[in-house]
Amino acid sequence: MKLLSVRGWKLAAAGACVVALGASAAAQKMTINGAGATFPDPIYEKWFSEYNKMHPDVQINYQAIGSGGGISQISKQIVFFGASDGPMNNDQLMAAPGHLFHFPTVLGGVVPIYNIPGVNAELKFTGPVMADMFLGKITKWNDPAIKALNPSVNLPGTDITIVHRSDGSGTTYIWCDYLSKISPAYKGKVGVATSVNWPVGLGGKGSDGVTGLVKQTPGAFSYVELIYALQNNVSFGVVQNMAGVFVKASLESVTAAAAEGAKAMPPDFRVSITNAPGQAAYPISSFTWLLLYENPKDKTQAKAMSDFVKWALTDGQKFCPDLGYAPLPPNVVQLEMAQLGKIKVQ
Amino acid sequence: MRRQRTSASDLVFRGGTGFFALVLIFCAVGIGVILWRDSRLSLHAFGLKFWATDTWDPVAGNFGARPFIWGTLYSSVLALLISAPIALGIAVFLSELCPHRLRQPLAFLTELLAAIPSIVYGLWGIFVLVPAVRALEVALPDWLRATPLFTGPPVGVGMLSAAVILAIMVVPFTSSVAREVLKAVPAAQREGAYALGSTRWEATKVALYYGRVGIIGAIMLGLGRALGETMAVTMVIGNTPQASWSLYAPQYTMAAVIANEFSEATERLHVSALIEIGLVLFVITLVVNAASRLLIWSMTRERTYPVVPAPIVAETTGVPTA
Repeated sequence: MKLLSVRGWKLAAAGACVVALGASAAAQKMTINGAGATFPDPIYEKWFSEYNKMHPDVQINYQAIGSGGGISQISKQIVFFGASDGPMNNDQLMAAPGHLFHFPTVLGGVVPIYNIPGVNAELKFTGPVMADMFLGKITKWNDPAIKALNPSVNLPGTDITIVHRSDGSGTTYIWCDYLSKISPAYKGKVGVATSVNWPVGLGGKGSDGVTGLVKQTPGAFSYVELIYALQNNVSFGVVQNMAGVFVKASLESVTAAAAEGAKAMPPDFRVSITNAPGQAAYPISSFTWLLLYENPKDKTQAKAMSDFVKWALTDGQKFCPDLGYAPLPPNVVQLEMAQLGKIKVQ
Repeated sequence: MRRQRTSASDLVFRGGTGFFALVLIFCAVGIGVILWRDSRLSLHAFGLKFWATDTWDPVAGNFGARPFIWGTLYSSVLALLISAPIALGIAVFLSELCPHRLRQPLAFLTELLAAIPSIVYGLWGIFVLVPAVRALEVALPDWLRATPLFTGPPVGVGMLSAAVILAIMVVPFTSSVAREVLKAVPAAQREGAYALGSTRWEATKVALYYGRVGIIGAIMLGLGRALGETMAVTMVIGNTPQASWSLYAPQYTMAAVIANEFSEATERLHVSALIEIGLVLFVITLVVNAASRLLIWSMTRERTYPVVPAPIVAETTGVPTA
């Protein structure tokens, strides 16, 4: 008994030494904490680890707790930076203790997916048709409106089963943002948010849940992130853009939408680029944003973070395609560099 | 000297255990207070209407909990209807009829079911249960589909799938407690029954009657578990806030909507409404537990002869259930 307790003390002492060593090692290293959106999490993690290889003294931690959590934590200054799939609204910006900047980092697209028995063709959709499907106005796959867009496809009279995300999601935000721009009825009845009051359909949890339901349910129609569809080989439809061209979602067509959207970029970068003009633009595209204070308290962290953002917006963009994200167009990066210079690092 | 030491250690013992008991009360009260404090915005905005409104519209900022309350209660009750007979069957077989060699492995297997994480149940639900339920739904005859219990398109996800998956998750809890209850029935009871010429079935009935309070407790424990289950249910219930009798209809539960929407909720009213859902769930769990206590209490009182494994009753209903 006595022997054991002596050994216990030794162990405890050794443990304390290890902790002390760890603490002294951490003291030389800077740790920056951030939290927010789940959608850009893979590319952010990649950036942080790559950046850490080049700058071993800068360690950036990111918790993918969701856009809502990111906005709330940056507003309470629990984390140094936040991240969100939807821009903060004016009320939220007013509630924050300091002036917050939005920095678009990468782009994502949302694609329509479907499961129609006996149909393997790539279907064409327009915004109004998809809005009417989600409003429950178009209920059969052989509805004249869908047939008119796809005259060569033999569409069955199967019921359309709408599937949507049940969890709050940036994907839902982008999808509803697009349909609301296209259809006033959709805007009035559903609106834009990360969770909405769906008129019809089933809710699946996460992209996996949605895709699982679509694959199993004959007649299902839904939406997922482009990155998810690409990585999981989910086939998806093409969508007519503002210029009237049917565009298939791809990293290039999403970036093209951003390049068009950047032409009318507001100074605070809080812009929706859904239904962007331009022949090549994919209409259901969006930025995702980093949130940083203009005048952060900790200046050393501010300097390190602004260096990191500079790198992420330039060299860091080369990691985008591999991970399925569309890189920023050069004109947007240029605008952001100007804003980055305004962050007070001294 | 010796006596004094004993009483001192007894004092420490009493103080220590009493402190831990207080911690438990503090936790329960603390949860209630925090839920109330953080949901004040929504409490003020909607008042009692919150319990009776069907709309859940985060865009317009209009929230009501009725479909979620309905979904939680309906799915839990259905799960009990399915699981209670199965769990009792397992318990009776294991305690009364099972050959000795099989008893331990079988008991172990049922309890193993309780150790599977609910997300695994959920995935199994999506890929195995839901297609099977859809096939069943499609196969049902038309006259049955005309009844209110089976209206709506047969999509697989919905109340039926949720009830079945909940039932499977609840069975090990109910059956293992019920088995313990049956084990605690004194041998004299069965021997007496046999002495009067009972068949095995009749002797089992005597044992079941003797342990009925504990068995009700076991079922209530299952109900508590079903009320709070989140992940597995949200993956198969269809997540549509509508209160319907139909087993085909996709519906929603309180725990599921919190899990789904909390992380991305940005509007303060939305967050507050979700926390109020938590408060409602907390209150309902309390009420259900209190009601089951009352039920057991009234059963214990009306009994004319004093017996019954009372301590087990207390254990089974005292377990925190959500």
